[in-house]
Amino acid sequence: MKSFFKTLALALLILVSFCAPGFAADTIKIGCGGVISGDLAPYGISALRGAELAIEDLNAKGGILGKKIELLVGDDVCKPEVAVNMATKLVSDGAQMIVGHVCSGATIAANKIYKDAGLIVISSASTNDDLTLKGEHPNFFRTISYDGAQADLMTSFVKNNLKVKTVAMIHDKGDYGKGQMELARQYFEKLGGIEVVLFEGITTGAVDYSAIVQKIKRTKAELTMFGGYHSDASKVVGLLKKKRVKTIFFGADGIIGDNFVNLAGKYSDGVYATGPNDTSSNPLYQEISAKHQKKYGEDPGTFTHNGYACVQALAAAAEKAGSLDYDKMRAAMFEIKIDSPLGPIGFDKNGDVIGAGFSVYQVQNGKYTQVN
Amino acid sequence: MRLFNIILGVAVVGPLGFFGIKEIIADPVYFLELFLGGLTRGSIYALIALGYTMVYGIIQLINFAHGEIYMIGAMTALIVASVLGLWGWNSAVIVILAIVFAIVYSCAYGFTVEKIAYKPLRTAPRLSALISAIGMSLFLQNYVMLAQTPEFMPFESLIPDFQFWEPFAHIITAVEMTIIVTTVITMILLGMLIKFTKIGKAMRATAQDKIMASLVGINVNRVISTTFVVGSATAAIGGVLIACHVGQVNFFIGFLAGLKAFIAAVLGGIGSIPGAVLGSLVLGISESMFTGYFWSEYEDVFAFTILVIILIFRPSGILGKDEISKV
Repeated sequence: MKSFFKTLALALLILVSFCAPGFAADTIKIGCGGVISGDLAPYGISALRGAELAIEDLNAKGGILGKKIELLVGDDVCKPEVAVNMATKLVSDGAQMIVGHVCSGATIAANKIYKDAGLIVISSASTNDDLTLKGEHPNFFRTISYDGAQADLMTSFVKNNLKVKTVAMIHDKGDYGKGQMELARQYFEKLGGIEVVLFEGITTGAVDYSAIVQKIKRTKAELTMFGGYHSDASKVVGLLKKKRVKTIFFGADGIIGDNFVNLAGKYSDGVYATGPNDTSSNPLYQEISAKHQKKYGEDPGTFTHNGYACVQALAAAAEKAGSLDYDKMRAAMFEIKIDSPLGPIGFDKNGDVIGAGFSVYQVQNGKYTQVN
Repeated sequence: MRLFNIILGVAVVGPLGFFGIKEIIADPVYFLELFLGGLTRGSIYALIALGYTMVYGIIQLINFAHGEIYMIGAMTALIVASVLGLWGWNSAVIVILAIVFAIVYSCAYGFTVEKIAYKPLRTAPRLSALISAIGMSLFLQNYVMLAQTPEFMPFESLIPDFQFWEPFAHIITAVEMTIIVTTVITMILLGMLIKFTKIGKAMRATAQDKIMASLVGINVNRVISTTFVVGSATAAIGGVLIACHVGQVNFFIGFLAGLKAFIAAVLGGIGSIPGAVLGSLVLGISESMFTGYFWSEYEDVFAFTILVIILIFRPSGILGKDEISKV
């Protein structure tokens, strides 16, 4: 009897292992990885919904290469170690292209798996320079501009428009936040004329940030630059205002969006941040926003439109290449020009987006308003 | 060995003390700001650490779900405050009701957690109860995450910026002041409860010897329940206060706060109430000073280093009683 069960189990195993490739022939599977739970979930969900909307539109038009598209979703909770496991699962589930991830640290970790599997990866939100500029990730593309471009804009805006002499730089010790601040510091050094009086990391989710706020006050920095995400940023900005510290608060795309304004409330007024260009006048952009509103009952999030563009780019490259072969797909990625919700975009030799950049915003009356 | 300890102590404290005095003279206001900031943080740790230490004192259990009780306190206050805010109630009434509801809910959770997760394991090996505590902690976190939202929610400060306090607001905000004062009052009340009331006496007796206490007619189960309820109440107060200070809550705030409070309790000598308070203040103030004078990157490293150093020289904590281990 026992051996019967063993045989049965073996037979089932063989049967199941044949199932995956069998079904895979009917559809094209796009894997979508990102942070879907935890306190950074709004970012990942916004990117995922963009991909979902794009896939719906493409399927309505007949899919890619005449095949319907199927979406596989993975949650990396923004942690590199989880991202690796999740990437392995997406690959073994038969994903043929990848949209994602969101957090740069997770993307870097997961891309090792995708690169070995020969998959094209396109991210809507990971902005770390190393992903494209180092040349270690030839399979990686993105529809968001990279940190270097953003750091350049931040520092020149601080110097030329805000005319500030002393800057305190605070980061959250993460790949994204610390990387951004280190980059900005390099750009400040290149620009000259601005003194970085403080450069420190804080512990995400700590009980209290009073001490670091007092420290900023002691340096008399005219401007505090923050690298990190909205929840820590809103705590720091709140305490800065409560402690009557006179300093301009300046963040990056991690604090762009309504999440930050909601959390920081009245303390968010006057905060500067750089973020992706405002493309809301683009007709496709408005169309997607309307669809998002209809499907999910709320306004689109930070990366929805970038996520939509990711799927568009993959589809365009596959059509141009005529197959899903890695080398052909990759060659096609550099040639395509797509009409995305971000405007007409293409990709440069590093895999970075051409045609979508950053602008500076300021919170005025509870809304981010473009100021440059 | 003793001589060696003294020499080592002087070698560590000497330069640090010299550096400290130099810095204090150079900028006394900054020192005061850091000190008060540390005192605030220490007060919050103390409110949570009390629950750890009281429960440990009575049933030798590290109640890892205690941080979650603190989080539930803050969450309840948020919900009550937003509902009453919508109805347009007076803000003073909202503060009081929010704190009362937070305490009641947290106490109910603390009580229930004990009945469900620890009481059936009273005679089981201590490790089982510990695992049960960790399970309870994960359960409560995920329960709140599912029932509420995984995102941070803004918490409008219930304590206004008093006009008369404005000249001092840059040194210590009204909220921080409230935190310190409330903590002191809570400590005094708790001290009186334990020293002068009948249930306090029963608690002390149970902590000394459970079997003997039950032999002289003390209802040990009721005493244990009361301990959980009292610990939960102080944690709830801490939760509401810190939410007012920082301005946001989510399901995960209990984890780090609980961990730090646990360290503080061990630092002061787990099982000892004055020890928990002292440990919390030492931890809070030294973290604040370290961030202020050195690097905030290593704030947590520093906190754990203090713990290791103190445990090397005083294995049972600053005020802990020397115990002969049974192993």
